[in-house]
Amino acid sequence: MKTILNGKQLAITIDRLCHQLIENHLQFENTVLIGLQPRGIYLGDRIYETLKKLLPGTIIHYGKLDITFYRDDYNKGKTLHVPSETNINFSIENKKVVLIDDVLYTGRTIRSALDAMLDFGRPASVELLALIDRRFSRQLPIQPDYTGRTIDALISQKVRVLWEQRDGKDEVILVD
Amino acid sequence: MSLSVKHLLGIRDLQRQDIELIFQTADQFKEVLQRPIKKVPTLRDTTIVNLFFENSTRTRISFELAEKRLGADTINFSASGSSVSKGETLIDTVNNILSMKVDVVVMRHSASGAPHFLSRHIQVPILNAGDGINEHPTQALLDAFSIREKLGTVEGKKVAICGDIMHSRVALSNIYCLKKLGAEVTVVGPPTLIPKHMAAALGVNVSYNIREALQWCDVANVLRIQLERQNTPLFSSLREYSLAYGVNRQLLDSLNKEILIMHPGPINRGVELDSDVADSGQSIILDQVENGVAVRMAALYLLAGKKQELV
Repeated sequence: MKTILNGKQLAITIDRLCHQLIENHLQFENTVLIGLQPRGIYLGDRIYETLKKLLPGTIIHYGKLDITFYRDDYNKGKTLHVPSETNINFSIENKKVVLIDDVLYTGRTIRSALDAMLDFGRPASVELLALIDRRFSRQLPIQPDYTGRTIDALISQKVRVLWEQRDGKDEVILVD
Repeated sequence: MSLSVKHLLGIRDLQRQDIELIFQTADQFKEVLQRPIKKVPTLRDTTIVNLFFENSTRTRISFELAEKRLGADTINFSASGSSVSKGETLIDTVNNILSMKVDVVVMRHSASGAPHFLSRHIQVPILNAGDGINEHPTQALLDAFSIREKLGTVEGKKVAICGDIMHSRVALSNIYCLKKLGAEVTVVGPPTLIPKHMAAALGVNVSYNIREALQWCDVANVLRIQLERQNTPLFSSLREYSLAYGVNRQLLDSLNKEILIMHPGPINRGVELDSDVADSGQSIILDQVENGVAVRMAALYLLAGKKQELV
Protein backbone atom coordinates (compact mmCIF):
# COMPACT_ATOMS: atom_id res chain seq x y z
CA MET A 1 0.00 0.00 0.00
CA LYS A 2 1.34 3.43 -0.97
CA THR A 3 -0.04 6.87 -0.17
CA ILE A 4 -0.58 8.99 -3.26
CA LEU A 5 -2.12 11.98 -1.46
CA ASN A 6 -2.34 12.50 2.28
CA GLY A 7 -5.09 14.57 3.89
CA LYS A 8 -3.26 17.90 3.55
CA GLN A 9 -2.24 17.24 -0.06
CA LEU A 10 -5.82 16.20 -0.88
CA ALA A 11 -7.18 19.47 0.54
CA ILE A 12 -4.64 21.50 -1.46
CA THR A 13 -5.49 19.53 -4.61
CA ILE A 14 -9.22 20.15 -4.19
CA ASP A 15 -8.52 23.82 -3.59
CA ARG A 16 -6.47 24.00 -6.78
CA LEU A 17 -9.17 22.23 -8.79
CA CYS A 18 -11.73 24.76 -7.53
CA HIS A 19 -9.53 27.68 -8.58
CA GLN A 20 -9.13 26.13 -12.03
CA LEU A 21 -12.92 25.84 -12.28
CA ILE A 22 -13.32 29.49 -11.28
CA GLU A 23 -10.78 30.56 -13.91
CA ASN A 24 -12.82 28.89 -16.62
CA HIS A 25 -16.38 29.45 -15.34
CA LEU A 26 -16.13 32.74 -13.39
CA GLN A 27 -19.49 33.21 -11.62
CA PHE A 28 -21.08 29.86 -12.57
CA GLU A 29 -24.25 31.47 -13.98
CA ASN A 30 -24.30 28.99 -16.85
CA THR A 31 -22.38 26.17 -15.24
CA VAL A 32 -23.66 23.19 -13.26
CA LEU A 33 -21.72 20.57 -11.32
CA ILE A 34 -22.68 16.88 -11.36
CA GLY A 35 -21.04 14.35 -9.05
CA LEU A 36 -21.10 10.72 -10.17
CA GLN A 37 -22.47 8.12 -7.78
CA PRO A 38 -21.40 6.35 -5.75
CA ARG A 39 -17.90 7.66 -4.97
CA GLY A 40 -17.61 10.79 -7.10
CA ILE A 41 -20.17 12.55 -4.94
CA TYR A 42 -17.72 12.81 -2.02
CA LEU A 43 -15.35 14.79 -4.24
CA GLY A 44 -18.36 16.66 -5.68
CA ASP A 45 -19.51 17.62 -2.19
CA ARG A 46 -16.03 18.97 -1.33
CA ILE A 47 -15.73 20.91 -4.58
CA TYR A 48 -19.22 22.37 -4.09
CA GLU A 49 -18.52 23.40 -0.49
CA THR A 50 -15.12 24.90 -1.37
CA LEU A 51 -16.56 26.87 -4.31
CA LYS A 52 -19.30 28.27 -2.06
CA LYS A 53 -16.61 29.50 0.35
CA LEU A 54 -14.49 30.96 -2.46
CA LEU A 55 -17.48 32.63 -4.13
CA PRO A 56 -19.76 33.74 -1.29
CA GLY A 57 -23.30 34.64 -2.37
CA THR A 58 -22.97 32.82 -5.69
CA ILE A 59 -25.66 30.32 -6.58
CA ILE A 60 -24.02 27.13 -7.79
CA HIS A 61 -26.13 24.22 -9.01
CA TYR A 62 -24.84 20.83 -7.90
CA GLY A 63 -26.50 17.49 -8.61
CA LYS A 64 -25.79 13.79 -8.18
CA LEU A 65 -26.05 11.29 -11.00
CA ASP A 66 -26.22 7.50 -10.78
CA ILE A 67 -25.17 5.62 -13.93
CA THR A 68 -26.11 2.05 -12.94
CA PHE A 69 -28.88 1.74 -15.52
CA TYR A 70 -26.56 2.95 -18.29
CA ARG A 71 -23.60 0.64 -17.66
CA ASP A 72 -22.36 -1.59 -20.46
CA ASP A 73 -21.52 -4.43 -18.07
CA TYR A 74 -25.04 -5.07 -16.74
CA ASN A 75 -25.25 -8.71 -15.61
CA LYS A 76 -21.69 -9.41 -16.76
CA GLY A 77 -20.28 -9.53 -13.22
CA LYS A 78 -20.94 -11.90 -10.34
CA THR A 79 -23.46 -9.60 -8.68
CA LEU A 80 -25.69 -6.84 -9.90
CA HIS A 81 -24.93 -3.20 -9.27
CA VAL A 82 -27.35 -1.67 -6.77
CA PRO A 83 -28.41 1.77 -7.96
CA SER A 84 -27.78 4.91 -5.90
CA GLU A 85 -29.78 8.10 -5.78
CA THR A 86 -29.95 10.51 -8.70
CA ASN A 87 -30.81 14.06 -7.74
CA ILE A 88 -30.65 16.71 -10.44
CA ASN A 89 -33.31 19.29 -9.61
CA PHE A 90 -32.26 21.87 -12.20
CA SER A 91 -32.14 22.06 -15.97
CA ILE A 92 -28.91 21.21 -17.77
CA GLU A 93 -30.28 22.48 -21.09
CA ASN A 94 -27.65 24.74 -22.73
CA LYS A 95 -25.57 24.72 -19.54
CA LYS A 96 -21.86 24.02 -19.19
CA VAL A 97 -21.79 20.75 -17.26
CA VAL A 98 -18.81 19.69 -15.16
CA LEU A 99 -18.87 15.97 -14.42
CA ILE A 100 -16.98 15.05 -11.25
CA ASP A 101 -15.56 11.64 -10.39
CA ASP A 102 -12.86 10.47 -8.03
CA VAL A 103 -10.86 8.12 -10.28
CA LEU A 104 -10.73 8.05 -14.09
CA TYR A 105 -9.64 4.60 -15.19
CA THR A 106 -11.05 2.85 -18.28
CA GLY A 107 -13.41 5.69 -19.19
CA ARG A 108 -16.46 3.40 -19.28
CA THR A 109 -18.10 5.05 -16.27
CA ILE A 110 -17.82 8.44 -17.96
CA ARG A 111 -19.23 7.00 -21.20
CA SER A 112 -22.25 5.78 -19.20
CA ALA A 113 -22.47 9.12 -17.39
CA LEU A 114 -22.62 11.00 -20.70
CA ASP A 115 -25.53 8.77 -21.79
CA ALA A 116 -27.33 9.22 -18.46
CA MET A 117 -26.77 12.97 -18.44
CA LEU A 118 -28.15 13.44 -21.95
CA ASP A 119 -31.50 12.04 -20.73
CA PHE A 120 -31.82 15.20 -18.63
CA GLY A 121 -31.27 17.62 -21.52
CA ARG A 122 -28.78 18.88 -24.08
CA PRO A 123 -25.93 20.78 -22.42
CA ALA A 124 -23.90 23.45 -24.18
CA SER A 125 -20.69 21.64 -23.26
CA VAL A 126 -19.41 18.95 -20.92
CA GLU A 127 -16.14 18.93 -19.01
CA LEU A 128 -14.67 16.22 -16.84
CA LEU A 129 -12.98 16.72 -13.49
CA ALA A 130 -11.19 13.72 -11.98
CA LEU A 131 -9.21 13.65 -8.76
CA ILE A 132 -6.98 10.81 -9.99
CA ASP A 133 -6.28 10.08 -13.65
CA ARG A 134 -4.93 6.58 -14.22
CA ARG A 135 -3.52 7.37 -17.65
CA PHE A 136 -2.56 4.62 -20.11
CA SER A 137 -5.52 2.56 -18.77
CA ARG A 138 -8.19 4.01 -21.01
CA GLN A 139 -10.46 1.73 -23.05
CA LEU A 140 -12.40 4.62 -24.55
CA PRO A 141 -11.28 7.99 -25.98
CA ILE A 142 -12.12 10.01 -22.86
CA GLN A 143 -9.77 12.45 -21.12
CA PRO A 144 -10.22 14.77 -18.13
CA ASP A 145 -10.25 18.55 -18.39
CA TYR A 146 -9.23 19.00 -14.74
CA THR A 147 -6.96 16.50 -12.99
CA GLY A 148 -5.93 16.35 -9.35
CA ARG A 149 -3.07 13.91 -9.79
CA THR A 150 -2.00 11.72 -12.71
CA ILE A 151 -0.62 8.31 -11.85
CA ASP A 152 0.73 5.26 -13.65
CA ALA A 153 -0.31 2.05 -11.97
CA LEU A 154 -0.37 -1.65 -12.82
CA ILE A 155 -3.73 -3.14 -13.81
CA SER A 156 -3.49 -5.36 -10.72
CA GLN A 157 -3.24 -2.31 -8.47
CA LYS A 158 -6.26 -0.41 -7.16
CA VAL A 159 -6.60 3.27 -6.31
CA ARG A 160 -8.69 3.90 -3.18
CA VAL A 161 -9.88 7.39 -2.28
CA LEU A 162 -10.76 7.65 1.41
CA TRP A 163 -12.99 10.41 2.74
CA GLU A 164 -13.29 11.71 6.27
CA GLN A 165 -17.10 11.45 6.41
CA ARG A 166 -17.14 7.86 5.14
CA ASP A 167 -13.78 6.32 6.02
CA GLY A 168 -12.63 8.44 8.96
CA LYS A 169 -9.73 10.12 7.12
CA ASP A 170 -8.87 11.88 3.89
CA GLU A 171 -6.28 9.97 1.86
CA VAL A 172 -5.64 8.51 -1.59
CA ILE A 173 -3.82 5.20 -1.58
CA LEU A 174 -2.51 2.70 -4.09
CA VAL A 175 -3.27 -0.90 -3.09
CA ASP A 176 -1.35 -3.89 -4.54
CA MET B 1 -26.13 -7.70 -4.11
CA SER B 2 -28.83 -9.72 -5.85
CA LEU B 3 -32.05 -11.61 -5.20
CA SER B 4 -31.84 -14.92 -3.38
CA VAL B 5 -34.26 -16.49 -5.90
CA LYS B 6 -33.91 -17.26 -9.61
CA HIS B 7 -37.60 -16.75 -10.36
CA LEU B 8 -40.19 -14.46 -8.80
CA LEU B 9 -42.94 -17.01 -8.35
CA GLY B 10 -44.38 -15.72 -5.10
CA ILE B 11 -43.66 -13.65 -2.03
CA ARG B 12 -43.57 -16.84 0.04
CA ASP B 13 -40.16 -17.72 -1.46
CA LEU B 14 -38.62 -14.30 -0.81
CA GLN B 15 -36.53 -13.15 2.12
CA ARG B 16 -37.12 -9.79 3.74
CA GLN B 17 -33.84 -8.50 2.25
CA ASP B 18 -35.05 -9.46 -1.23
CA ILE B 19 -38.13 -7.30 -0.74
CA GLU B 20 -36.02 -4.45 0.58
CA LEU B 21 -33.63 -4.76 -2.39
CA ILE B 22 -36.60 -4.59 -4.78
CA PHE B 23 -37.89 -1.47 -2.99
CA GLN B 24 -34.45 0.17 -2.99
CA THR B 25 -34.14 -0.47 -6.72
CA ALA B 26 -37.73 0.67 -7.36
CA ASP B 27 -36.98 3.98 -5.60
CA GLN B 28 -34.40 4.74 -8.28
CA PHE B 29 -36.68 3.61 -11.10
CA LYS B 30 -39.39 5.86 -9.73
CA GLU B 31 -36.96 8.77 -10.13
CA VAL B 32 -36.34 7.65 -13.74
CA LEU B 33 -40.11 7.78 -14.35
CA GLN B 34 -40.20 11.44 -13.27
CA ARG B 35 -37.62 12.48 -15.91
CA PRO B 36 -38.47 14.10 -19.25
CA ILE B 37 -37.07 10.94 -20.90
CA LYS B 38 -38.55 8.10 -18.88
CA LYS B 39 -36.47 5.36 -20.40
CA VAL B 40 -33.11 3.74 -19.66
CA PRO B 41 -31.12 1.35 -21.87
CA THR B 42 -30.45 -1.20 -19.12
CA LEU B 43 -32.12 -4.25 -20.73
CA ARG B 44 -31.41 -3.36 -24.34
CA ASP B 45 -30.04 -6.84 -25.05
CA THR B 46 -32.95 -8.63 -23.35
CA THR B 47 -36.13 -10.05 -24.88
CA ILE B 48 -39.08 -10.57 -22.57
CA VAL B 49 -42.22 -12.51 -23.40
CA ASN B 50 -45.50 -11.71 -21.67
CA LEU B 51 -47.43 -14.96 -21.59
CA PHE B 52 -50.97 -14.09 -20.57
CA PHE B 53 -53.09 -17.22 -20.46
CA GLU B 54 -55.74 -15.27 -18.55
CA ASN B 55 -57.28 -11.89 -19.30
CA SER B 56 -55.60 -8.84 -17.86
CA THR B 57 -55.47 -5.18 -18.74
CA ARG B 58 -53.65 -3.19 -16.10
CA THR B 59 -51.06 -5.81 -15.12
CA ARG B 60 -50.16 -6.53 -18.75
CA ILE B 61 -49.90 -2.84 -19.62
CA SER B 62 -47.88 -2.17 -16.48
CA PHE B 63 -45.43 -4.98 -17.30
CA GLU B 64 -45.16 -3.96 -20.93
CA LEU B 65 -44.49 -0.36 -19.97
CA ALA B 66 -41.90 -1.45 -17.40
CA GLU B 67 -40.14 -3.60 -20.00
CA LYS B 68 -40.13 -0.87 -22.62
CA ARG B 69 -38.85 1.71 -20.15
CA LEU B 70 -35.98 -0.64 -19.38
CA GLY B 71 -35.14 -0.79 -23.07
CA ALA B 72 -36.09 -4.49 -23.46
CA ASP B 73 -37.70 -6.04 -26.53
CA THR B 74 -41.13 -7.46 -25.72
CA ILE B 75 -43.38 -10.10 -27.20
CA ASN B 76 -46.99 -10.40 -26.13
CA PHE B 77 -48.87 -13.66 -26.12
CA SER B 78 -52.49 -14.20 -25.23
CA ALA B 79 -54.08 -17.62 -25.08
CA SER B 80 -57.19 -16.70 -27.03
CA GLY B 81 -56.63 -17.26 -30.74
CA SER B 82 -53.34 -19.11 -30.12
CA SER B 83 -52.35 -22.74 -30.51
CA VAL B 84 -53.41 -23.30 -26.90
CA SER B 85 -56.99 -23.36 -28.16
CA LYS B 86 -55.90 -26.14 -30.56
CA GLY B 87 -54.75 -28.27 -27.63
CA GLU B 88 -51.05 -27.39 -27.39
CA THR B 89 -49.52 -28.03 -23.96
CA LEU B 90 -48.10 -25.27 -21.78
CA ILE B 91 -44.55 -26.58 -22.07
CA ASP B 92 -44.77 -26.89 -25.86
CA THR B 93 -46.07 -23.35 -26.15
CA VAL B 94 -43.36 -21.96 -23.94
CA ASN B 95 -40.54 -24.00 -25.47
CA ASN B 96 -41.53 -22.82 -28.93
CA ILE B 97 -41.39 -19.24 -27.77
CA LEU B 98 -38.09 -19.76 -25.96
CA SER B 99 -36.58 -21.25 -29.12
CA MET B 100 -36.83 -17.75 -30.49
CA LYS B 101 -34.20 -16.73 -27.90
CA VAL B 102 -36.33 -15.16 -25.21
CA ASP B 103 -34.51 -14.21 -22.00
CA VAL B 104 -37.29 -13.66 -19.43
CA VAL B 105 -40.86 -14.95 -19.11
CA VAL B 106 -43.67 -12.97 -17.48
CA MET B 107 -46.61 -15.27 -16.99
CA ARG B 108 -50.22 -15.07 -15.90
CA HIS B 109 -52.27 -18.24 -15.71
CA SER B 110 -55.66 -19.20 -14.31
CA ALA B 111 -54.21 -22.37 -12.77
CA SER B 112 -52.52 -21.98 -9.39
CA GLY B 113 -48.93 -23.25 -9.58
CA ALA B 114 -48.60 -22.98 -13.37
CA PRO B 115 -45.44 -20.82 -13.21
CA HIS B 116 -43.95 -23.14 -10.54
CA PHE B 117 -44.54 -26.08 -12.89
CA LEU B 118 -42.96 -24.18 -15.75
CA SER B 119 -39.94 -23.20 -13.66
CA ARG B 120 -39.02 -26.87 -13.38
CA HIS B 121 -38.86 -27.20 -17.16
CA ILE B 122 -37.32 -24.03 -18.52
CA GLN B 123 -34.05 -22.28 -17.74
CA VAL B 124 -34.93 -18.59 -18.09
CA PRO B 125 -36.21 -16.47 -15.17
CA ILE B 126 -39.99 -16.54 -14.71
CA LEU B 127 -41.94 -13.69 -13.19
CA ASN B 128 -45.38 -14.66 -11.94
CA ALA B 129 -47.97 -12.07 -12.96
CA GLY B 130 -50.72 -13.91 -11.09
CA ASP B 131 -51.54 -17.62 -10.92
CA GLY B 132 -55.08 -18.70 -10.11
CA ILE B 133 -55.93 -18.05 -6.48
CA ASN B 134 -52.32 -18.56 -5.38
CA GLU B 135 -50.06 -15.49 -5.64
CA HIS B 136 -49.63 -12.17 -7.41
CA PRO B 137 -46.20 -11.12 -6.11
CA THR B 138 -45.67 -7.85 -7.98
CA GLN B 139 -49.08 -6.57 -6.84
CA ALA B 140 -48.14 -7.26 -3.22
CA LEU B 141 -44.76 -5.59 -3.70
CA LEU B 142 -46.29 -2.47 -5.20
CA ASP B 143 -48.91 -2.40 -2.45
CA ALA B 144 -46.28 -2.57 0.29
CA PHE B 145 -44.09 -0.09 -1.62
CA SER B 146 -47.04 2.34 -1.74
CA ILE B 147 -47.65 1.95 2.02
CA ARG B 148 -43.94 2.56 2.68
CA GLU B 149 -44.04 5.63 0.44
CA LYS B 150 -47.08 7.13 2.20
CA LEU B 151 -46.39 6.11 5.80
CA GLY B 152 -42.59 6.00 5.75
CA THR B 153 -42.41 2.34 6.74
CA VAL B 154 -44.40 -0.88 6.67
CA GLU B 155 -42.97 -2.17 9.95
CA GLY B 156 -45.50 -1.92 12.76
CA LYS B 157 -48.34 -0.67 10.56
CA LYS B 158 -51.80 -2.19 10.82
CA VAL B 159 -53.27 -3.31 7.52
CA ALA B 160 -56.81 -4.63 6.99
CA ILE B 161 -57.34 -6.70 3.87
CA CYS B 162 -61.05 -6.52 3.16
CA GLY B 163 -63.43 -8.60 1.09
CA ASP B 164 -63.04 -11.75 -0.96
CA ILE B 165 -60.01 -13.25 0.75
CA MET B 166 -60.69 -16.81 -0.38
CA HIS B 167 -60.40 -16.17 -4.10
CA SER B 168 -57.73 -13.51 -3.97
CA ARG B 169 -54.13 -14.11 -4.98
CA VAL B 170 -53.54 -10.48 -4.05
CA ALA B 171 -54.62 -11.19 -0.47
CA LEU B 172 -52.26 -14.14 -0.07
CA SER B 173 -49.24 -12.35 -1.55
CA ASN B 174 -50.05 -9.24 0.50
CA ILE B 175 -50.20 -11.25 3.71
CA TYR B 176 -46.79 -12.85 3.03
CA CYS B 177 -45.25 -9.52 2.05
CA LEU B 178 -46.68 -7.42 4.89
CA LYS B 179 -45.85 -10.05 7.52
CA LYS B 180 -42.26 -10.33 6.26
CA LEU B 181 -41.93 -6.56 6.52
CA GLY B 182 -43.24 -6.54 10.10
CA ALA B 183 -46.80 -5.27 9.62
CA GLU B 184 -49.85 -6.52 11.50
CA VAL B 185 -52.54 -7.91 9.22
CA THR B 186 -56.25 -8.46 9.72
CA VAL B 187 -58.39 -10.09 7.07
CA VAL B 188 -62.01 -9.03 7.14
CA GLY B 189 -65.00 -10.21 5.17
CA PRO B 190 -67.97 -12.60 5.27
CA PRO B 191 -67.14 -15.94 6.94
CA THR B 192 -67.85 -17.70 3.65
CA LEU B 193 -65.06 -15.73 1.94
CA ILE B 194 -62.34 -16.30 4.54
CA PRO B 195 -60.61 -19.70 4.62
CA LYS B 196 -61.15 -21.44 7.97
CA HIS B 197 -57.56 -22.04 9.03
CA MET B 198 -56.15 -18.75 7.76
CA ALA B 199 -55.42 -17.24 11.18
CA ALA B 200 -53.42 -20.25 12.38
CA ALA B 201 -51.66 -20.91 9.06
CA LEU B 202 -50.60 -17.37 8.21
CA GLY B 203 -50.52 -15.56 11.54
CA VAL B 204 -53.16 -12.99 10.69
CA ASN B 205 -56.16 -11.74 12.65
CA VAL B 206 -59.58 -12.57 11.30
CA SER B 207 -62.58 -10.29 11.62
CA TYR B 208 -66.07 -10.47 10.27
CA ASN B 209 -66.87 -6.87 11.18
CA ILE B 210 -65.72 -4.24 8.70
CA ARG B 211 -66.26 -1.31 11.08
CA GLU B 212 -64.08 -2.89 13.79
CA ALA B 213 -61.35 -3.72 11.29
CA LEU B 214 -61.30 -0.21 9.85
CA GLN B 215 -61.27 1.30 13.34
CA TRP B 216 -58.19 -0.80 14.10
CA CYS B 217 -56.14 -0.30 10.93
CA ASP B 218 -53.87 2.35 9.38
CA VAL B 219 -54.45 1.04 5.88
CA ALA B 220 -57.44 -0.72 4.30
CA ASN B 221 -56.69 -2.76 1.19
CA VAL B 222 -60.13 -3.38 -0.29
CA LEU B 223 -60.38 -6.32 -2.69
CA ARG B 224 -62.69 -7.01 -5.59
CA ILE B 225 -65.46 -9.54 -5.23
CA GLN B 226 -64.42 -12.21 -7.72
CA LEU B 227 -67.73 -13.57 -8.88
CA GLU B 228 -66.02 -15.31 -11.81
CA ARG B 229 -64.17 -17.60 -9.39
CA GLN B 230 -67.22 -18.54 -7.34
CA ASN B 231 -68.87 -21.75 -8.55
CA THR B 232 -71.67 -21.45 -6.03
CA PRO B 233 -72.86 -18.17 -4.50
CA LEU B 234 -71.09 -17.45 -1.21
CA PHE B 235 -73.29 -14.53 -0.17
CA SER B 236 -76.89 -13.75 -0.95
CA SER B 237 -76.55 -10.71 -3.17
CA LEU B 238 -74.15 -7.95 -4.16
CA ARG B 239 -76.54 -5.47 -2.51
CA GLU B 240 -76.35 -7.32 0.78
CA TYR B 241 -72.56 -7.61 0.50
CA SER B 242 -72.30 -3.90 -0.18
CA LEU B 243 -74.45 -3.06 2.84
CA ALA B 244 -72.49 -5.33 5.18
CA TYR B 245 -68.92 -5.01 3.85
CA GLY B 246 -68.84 -2.12 1.40
CA VAL B 247 -66.47 0.74 2.28
CA ASN B 248 -68.34 4.00 1.91
CA ARG B 249 -67.95 7.63 2.97
CA GLN B 250 -70.43 7.38 5.83
CA LEU B 251 -68.55 4.46 7.33
CA LEU B 252 -65.15 6.18 7.00
CA ASP B 253 -66.43 9.45 8.47
CA SER B 254 -67.79 7.62 11.49
CA LEU B 255 -64.31 6.29 12.38
CA ASN B 256 -62.91 9.66 13.52
CA LYS B 257 -59.53 8.74 12.06
CA GLU B 258 -57.84 8.98 8.68
CA ILE B 259 -56.89 5.70 7.05
CA LEU B 260 -55.34 5.01 3.66
CA ILE B 261 -57.58 3.26 1.14
CA MET B 262 -56.07 0.87 -1.38
CA HIS B 263 -57.53 -1.34 -4.08
CA PRO B 264 -55.68 -3.51 -6.61
CA GLY B 265 -58.34 -2.86 -9.27
CA PRO B 266 -60.50 -3.22 -11.17
CA ILE B 267 -63.01 -1.72 -8.74
CA ASN B 268 -66.62 -2.83 -8.58
CA ARG B 269 -67.80 0.70 -7.77
CA GLY B 270 -70.69 0.70 -5.37
CA VAL B 271 -70.04 -2.88 -4.29
CA GLU B 272 -66.81 -3.20 -2.24
CA LEU B 273 -65.90 0.49 -2.60
CA ASP B 274 -68.00 3.60 -3.21
CA SER B 275 -66.88 6.18 -5.76
CA ASP B 276 -66.66 8.99 -3.20
CA VAL B 277 -64.09 6.90 -1.32
CA ALA B 278 -62.21 5.55 -4.35
CA ASP B 279 -61.76 9.06 -5.76
CA SER B 280 -61.06 10.79 -2.43
CA GLY B 281 -57.82 12.15 -1.00
CA GLN B 282 -57.61 9.12 1.28
CA SER B 283 -57.36 6.80 -1.70
CA ILE B 284 -53.89 5.90 -3.02
CA ILE B 285 -55.22 3.68 -5.80
CA LEU B 286 -53.62 5.70 -8.61
CA ASP B 287 -50.34 5.87 -6.66
CA GLN B 288 -50.45 2.07 -6.60
CA VAL B 289 -50.80 2.01 -10.38
CA GLU B 290 -47.91 4.45 -10.81
CA ASN B 291 -45.71 2.56 -8.38
CA GLY B 292 -46.54 -0.67 -10.19
CA VAL B 293 -44.37 0.30 -13.15
CA ALA B 294 -41.37 1.20 -10.96
CA VAL B 295 -41.68 -1.98 -8.87
CA ARG B 296 -42.00 -4.16 -11.98
CA MET B 297 -38.97 -2.44 -13.52
CA ALA B 298 -37.04 -3.29 -10.35
CA ALA B 299 -38.18 -6.92 -10.36
CA LEU B 300 -37.32 -7.33 -14.05
CA TYR B 301 -33.93 -5.64 -13.61
CA LEU B 302 -33.00 -7.87 -10.69
CA LEU B 303 -34.31 -11.07 -12.31
CA ALA B 304 -32.83 -10.43 -15.75
CA GLY B 305 -29.48 -10.01 -14.02
CA LYS B 306 -29.83 -13.61 -12.92
CA LYS B 307 -30.00 -14.99 -16.44
CA GLN B 308 -26.23 -15.40 -16.67
CA GLU B 309 -26.34 -17.81 -13.75
CA LEU B 310 -29.14 -19.85 -15.31
CA VAL B 311 -27.85 -20.46 -18.84
